[in-house]
Order: sequence, then C-alpha cells, then structure tokens
Amino acid sequence: MNLDFSWMAWTWPTAAFFIIVVLMLFGMGVWEYVSPGGNPRVGVLRFETTRGDRLFVSLLGSAFIHLAWLGLVGPNLWWALALSVAYAIGVFRYV
Amino acid sequence: MEKTWNNKAWFLVLPVLVLVAFSAVIPLMTVVNYSVQDTFGNNVFFWAGTEWFEELLQSKRFWEAMARNLVFSFIILAIEVPLGIFIALNMPKKGWGVPVCLVAMALPLLIPWNVVGTIWQVFGRNDIGLLGYYVNALGFNYNYVQDPVDAWVTVIIMDIWHWTSLVVLLCYAGLVSIPDAFYQAAKIDGASRWAVFRYIQLPKMQRVLLIAVLLRFMDSFMIYTEPFVVTGGGPGNSTTFLSIDLVKMALGQFDLGPAAAMSLVYFLIILLLSWVFYTVMTNYDAER
Repeated sequence: MNLDFSWMAWTWPTAAFFIIVVLMLFGMGVWEYVSPGGNPRVGVLRFETTRGDRLFVSLLGSAFIHLAWLGLVGPNLWWALALSVAYAIGVFRYV
Repeated sequence: MEKTWNNKAWFLVLPVLVLVAFSAVIPLMTVVNYSVQDTFGNNVFFWAGTEWFEELLQSKRFWEAMARNLVFSFIILAIEVPLGIFIALNMPKKGWGVPVCLVAMALPLLIPWNVVGTIWQVFGRNDIGLLGYYVNALGFNYNYVQDPVDAWVTVIIMDIWHWTSLVVLLCYAGLVSIPDAFYQAAKIDGASRWAVFRYIQLPKMQRVLLIAVLLRFMDSFMIYTEPFVVTGGGPGNSTTFLSIDLVKMALGQFDLGPAAAMSLVYFLIILLLSWVFYTVMTNYDAER
C-alpha cells in the first residue's frame, strides 16, 4: 500500500511548529508526572488556573500577538516571538 | 476507601484520540500547511510565508464579514436565550401537555439545515410565499431578495425559529430537575414569582444555560447553510458571513492559501470567545 500524503503539503517550518507543540505537550505530561495535580492557584485573573490552563492561555495569546504584529507592524515576526515568550513567562508566573 | 489509580485506563481513550486525530487534528495541520503556501492544483505548492495572513488582516472584505457575524451572533443570543427561558418556564411540567410540547419543540431541530433554508426561501417570497405575500398585503414593502434589512430580518427570524427550541429544551431539563422542596420553601417564605425565578430557577438553570449560550454562539458564529440557501450572501454582500466568504474563497475562487489563513484566524477567534464565555460562566458558578 502506497500512502501518499503530498496533499497535506508539509513544509519544514510548519513541521517544526507542530513538533514544538507536541514537545510542549509531552513536557507538560512529564511535569504532571513529576508534580501531579496541575498546580492550581488563583493569580491576577482572580480565578483558579492549572498549568494546563496557563499553557492554553499562553499559546492562544501568542497566536494573537503574532497576528497583531503581522497586521500592525510587518512580516518580521522575531520580535513578536520574543514578545510571546515574555508573555508566556508572565502567564506562568502571575496567572 | 482509597481510590484506585491505574494509568492503563488511558488506553480506553485511545479510540477517541484516533477519531479526533482523523476528524480534527490532521485537517487542522493541513490547513496550517496550506496557509503558508500557494497552489494551482495537482498538489504542487509554492512557499508564500505570512503573505496570506497580511493580506487577510488588511482586507476590508474580511473585517466586514467578521462584523456581520458578530452582530448576527449578538442579536441571536439576545433574542433566543431570554425567549427560550420564557417558553421553558411556561411549558407544562406534568400531564399530557409535556410530550406534546416536547415533540413540538424538537421538530425544528430535526429538520436538516438546507431544508430549513429552502422552507424560508419559499415562505418569504412575495409572489408565492405565505409570509412574503401577507406582509406585503399588510402594506409593508418586504422583499428579502432586494432589501438588505429584509434579508437580515428573514435570516434572524429563521434562526430563531430553528434554534430557540434547543435553548428551550436545555432550560426545561434544568427546570424539571429542581426538587419540589425548593418551591415549597419559597411558598412558605412568601416569595414572589420573580424571586422564585431569580433565586431558585435561574441559578438551577445556570449550567444548562452555559451550554446553551456556548452552543448557540458557536453555531451562529459558524452559520453557513441557512443564509446561503435563503439569500446566497446577498443582496450585495449584506448577509455574507465569514463562513460564506470562506467557502467562496476556497471553492469558488480555489484560493486555498488565503482561505486557509482565513480559516485559522476564524478558528482562533472562536476558540478565544468560547474560552472567555466558558471561563466567565464557570467562575461565576464557582463564586456562588
């Protein structure tokens, strides 16, 4: 059987993106194994979040940071990436 | 008694993971791949980077469709949720009326979306449609094919007719689960009808209302079939919602790259708004 996946149109940058997302999920799994319970706490948003919630908020926020940068500044996204990393650190620290 | 922890239970979720992989993850990955490339068919792709996203974010057409979608969802929620609660409160809780009302409420939900569109397309016509003919006979100049306001009114009424039942059934399920003891206690305290609603019925319906609001928001934000069948997105672009525009772009124009970029932005907005709704409502519930 010859499986043809050319219709999925894989590229190295998109493959790298998904590999990073999978590694993040794997890392969260390992973190949960080492420290079970999800570390729930009430942060600046004033409602309880687990570390899974914080990852979700970080990823979703990062997507919007990149879109906003693209729409308002331009196609060079390295600064948007740096901003997203800073944002994610902030979310994991204070949310 | 101590809980039994067995991580082998994770294997039980394997079938659903496989199903989700094929129905959601693989298509989503493909859309991400398409969004950074261009194609003219035959699985030949050219790298385009972030070009389609830039184009989309500066496109007036996209923002106008988005605004129409948000306005539509807001109107739908503002009408269907209170109306659904009102009908559920007035439905019989005992006797022969219960199955009759439940079946009547379930009927619109059983009709396929394209059939609902066709029904309202004919119903609203001012030559042969019952609604269109009599509204014009009453002296109103109603024509959903030519007038954008009429087209909007038709699409909104059609959605209310089709989907209010869902809110009603969910609210009704919440209402019938309230034990009689609550009502008896309220009667002893001399609570008014409004107080019973505000402090007993509404809190008890809150969880089902959360589901109703989420479902109706996501459904109305993704609406495609009914307005497409009734108005085709017109007159002009007045009822062209995001999904209609997306299909025009992807299938009508075969612009897979821009359509994929639009799909992703659309997906992110739905994800964000659903998360906000869910978080706000569940935390309100937790605070109580």
